[in-house]
Amino acid sequence: MPQSAEKVLDHAPLFREPEYRQMLAEKRLNFECPHPDQIVADQGEFTKTWEYREKNLAREALVVNPAKACQPLGAVFAAAGFERTMSFVHGSQGCVAYYRSHLSRHFKEPASAVSSSMTEDAAVFGGLKNMVDGLANTYQLYDPKMIAVSTTCMAEVIGDDLHSFIENAKDEGSVPRDFDVPFAHTPAFVGSHVDGYDVAVKGILEHFWKGEERTEAEGTINIIPGFDGFCVGNNRELKRLLDLIGVSYTFIQDASDQFDTPSDGEYRMYDGGTKIEEVRKALNAEATLSLQRYNTRKTLEYCEGVGQATASFHYPLGVQATDDFLMEVSAISGKQIPEALRLERGRLVDAMADSQSWLHGKKYAIYGDPDFVYGMARFIMETGGEPTHCLATNGTSAWEAELKELLASSPFGKGAQVWAGKDLWALRSLLFTEPVDLLIGNSYGKYLERDTGTPLIRLTFPIFDRHHHHRFALMGYQGGLRVLTTILDKIFDKLDRETSETGVTDYSYDLTR
Amino acid sequence: MSLEYENDGGLHARLIEEVLSQYPDKSAKRRKKHLNVAKSGDEAGEESEVLSECEVKSNIKSIPGVMTIRGCAYAGSKGVVWGPVKDMVHISHGPVGCGQYSWSQRRNYYVGTTGIDTFVTMQFTSDFQEKDIVFGGDKKLERIIDEIEELFPLNKGMTVQSECPIGLIGDDTEAVSRNKAKEHEKTIVPVRCEGFRGVSQSLGHHIANDAIRDWVFEKKDIEFEAGPYDVNVVGDYNIGGDAWASRILLEEMGLRVVGNWSGDATLAEIERAPKAKLNLIHCYRSMNYICRHMEEKHGIAWMEYNFFGPSQTEASLRKIAKHFGPEIEAKAEVVIAKYRPLVDAVIAKYRPRLEGRTVMLYVGGLRPRHVVTAYEDLGMVIVGTGYEFGHNDDYQRTGHYVKKGTLIYDDVTGYELEKFIEGIRPDLVGSGIKEKYPVQKMGIPFRQMHSWDYSGPYHGYDGFAIFARDMDLAINNPVWNLYNAPWKKKTEPSAAIAAE
Repeated sequence: MPQSAEKVLDHAPLFREPEYRQMLAEKRLNFECPHPDQIVADQGEFTKTWEYREKNLAREALVVNPAKACQPLGAVFAAAGFERTMSFVHGSQGCVAYYRSHLSRHFKEPASAVSSSMTEDAAVFGGLKNMVDGLANTYQLYDPKMIAVSTTCMAEVIGDDLHSFIENAKDEGSVPRDFDVPFAHTPAFVGSHVDGYDVAVKGILEHFWKGEERTEAEGTINIIPGFDGFCVGNNRELKRLLDLIGVSYTFIQDASDQFDTPSDGEYRMYDGGTKIEEVRKALNAEATLSLQRYNTRKTLEYCEGVGQATASFHYPLGVQATDDFLMEVSAISGKQIPEALRLERGRLVDAMADSQSWLHGKKYAIYGDPDFVYGMARFIMETGGEPTHCLATNGTSAWEAELKELLASSPFGKGAQVWAGKDLWALRSLLFTEPVDLLIGNSYGKYLERDTGTPLIRLTFPIFDRHHHHRFALMGYQGGLRVLTTILDKIFDKLDRETSETGVTDYSYDLTR
Repeated sequence: MSLEYENDGGLHARLIEEVLSQYPDKSAKRRKKHLNVAKSGDEAGEESEVLSECEVKSNIKSIPGVMTIRGCAYAGSKGVVWGPVKDMVHISHGPVGCGQYSWSQRRNYYVGTTGIDTFVTMQFTSDFQEKDIVFGGDKKLERIIDEIEELFPLNKGMTVQSECPIGLIGDDTEAVSRNKAKEHEKTIVPVRCEGFRGVSQSLGHHIANDAIRDWVFEKKDIEFEAGPYDVNVVGDYNIGGDAWASRILLEEMGLRVVGNWSGDATLAEIERAPKAKLNLIHCYRSMNYICRHMEEKHGIAWMEYNFFGPSQTEASLRKIAKHFGPEIEAKAEVVIAKYRPLVDAVIAKYRPRLEGRTVMLYVGGLRPRHVVTAYEDLGMVIVGTGYEFGHNDDYQRTGHYVKKGTLIYDDVTGYELEKFIEGIRPDLVGSGIKEKYPVQKMGIPFRQMHSWDYSGPYHGYDGFAIFARDMDLAINNPVWNLYNAPWKKKTEPSAAIAAE
């Protein structure tokens, strides 16, 4: 009997005990009707071949292990970045349970959102009644300052009109007439979570800016971070940089406090976020900067429409991307980049120089949202690494072209390939046929790590199986230092593991590296 | 079973009044029917005493905008019933999200070569685009099935798990499945589990059960030598290995587990289930339908059992053994005796650390009642419980478990649960991922009781040791004492109570 009170074994060791191993072997043999081992092994080997890769990449309809989520997730994340704002997702209720769970599993934090709980009758008659009752309940129970409405695909397929529904609900007194209920249609069958983020933020800006007079406040900047699982670390780091420059800025959408509330005995359903008043005033900013272009295409277009200058970045991290960002901020605000930041930059460059021999020529596969992949590929090339495979399931042809241009600008991008619209099962074939040293992605990459033996570095949303990484910045020079260290740790840990066999590799197991 | 106590019904009634007062009138009237305080049970049940009556309205629509914790029919079918069947490919048919959010999240353990002959922790989706909504997705589905056949040829079959749009745009997934099944000579099961159907996960379970009946049973000749002690374990999803910690006991007492539904299951185990002698059902809520069908159609008896905690495990082993007669009964006694020292040692170690601690539960399926006695075996007290998607028969069965005065909440809203927890300040809350962090912020220990908080198994004797350890490490962790900054005057007396 393997179990004991003195040393309780949970699943990880328990099922490796002989009793369980034997039980499972017998189950397989007697009851499961499995394929013969040889056939399974042969098929396993076949999936590693070029021939399988060709078939795999030729898929037209089936998607396996995609690295993207659906629009409303982005909308719910976006709403979490505004002061006392409750997300209200119009449609089926199960979706909302999923978004909340997904965000909580990554941030290890509460994630609030309500649903209008539409069922079969609403599918037939429309969800107006659900909107009317739902807004009233949310307003009364959860005391929000704003309710941000988005949609599930069910409401989109039946064609519910949010604008008129919300007007109707206000007419019926669900919420006061002047209560803020911005909205965005977020069909799950269009784009991905980054587009949901985009239209949700645009919806909020339109709600507050439409028909308002703009009086430009020179030198002031709006920052839109985009969908970012590292918003907690990143937004705080960016604010530090902007404060150092001394620029007047407003974050439009900032979930850094909402997804990082303290444990002190009080549950805060709402914390931090862009103040409603700041959103109104942000209309007057001279410029709006997006940190993630492919998260904000519609929003930036709208900002241009109201007369603001705009610029966008691709998840600025590392040396040159941070340089670009700071110089843009400096140019708009007319403020100098302070000496302190030049020193900070120098320290990142110093660290990269110290470690360059370990990084030079390393090959990487990078996947994630389009801007993240772009930003990471750029930094990897700065370290002398080669971004062999760059993959974004939600990457567009425009992204592909832009990234190819970047890769062509450096000798380290010469052999790199860009995979727009491909999924992680395709990446599996790529890793078997054209292997790399390191894989950069999120928790889903652990299956690729297991199957292909490529060490996984978790640097983007969602990270479910490691804790607290998102609390540290990746953007800026400081963030670059964090990314650099994380990559190096992975390299050194692997090297130590591979050289730690006493009597075999006493050499190479070096104390100093 | 092992513990005598009564809960503070007066306090609980007041808490119900307080939360209802915050709703708009119309919603308060509706929510009132879902909240109750258990009254004393005055009638004796057949097999065990009815301890209380916990009648509330259940299995009706959630109110919009209140933050229900429930999921949908897709979650009930793909997420619960079908997803764990390991040698089939389950297609999340529709937009990308549903499959993405449910990917690998239920911890249905299995053994197999993932991606080659086993597919549980993978996300197969038809990733619907606008054109699929406009022109229909049947052609795409055909193509998907062909591509799965080409790239994953060792699959034993497929299921098509419909997401919301499928039923709204009028696709005929049944016809596609039928034709493709014939073409590829494979089992292909369309499941009409669109998320808007029904009021919760529950209808998804039912639809998934019906799909087994209609698309798997009696579809091919099953070569299988049935034995006199063949049983199916039904409604055990092998979360953290639960089904394995159960199977080992059933085999030790001389039974042959021919099918495990659906944790670690293969299609073959489902196909031959009607040849077994007895269906043992753990999660009654999600799989009673197919048990009733097998009873009617194939004459197989079914029996509910409970493998949480030693008291219930022991009682269940005896009840199951009784069905098979003296030989198995004698073996069951040997099994019980074998594990008794382990049980005694676990209780001796953990009960003093947990004695008298209060617990609130809010979960789904069978757990709002089934885990009650496991806590009581450790000297802990259940002060409140409720079901996400229970039906009337679940609440009736709950009366066999909870004591008078227990707070009962059906389809609880985020607001209610927060207020109940604040008002009661239990020593432990057992619920889901969405509830975990709000509760911990309040300084109250928490365990996820869907995923076992990444631990488990909790079933059987081996599982009970882990369960006891986990409850202890949650409650007696030093972090709960650190919530108050020492230079701040304590304004939250409640946090100090939890931190004792």
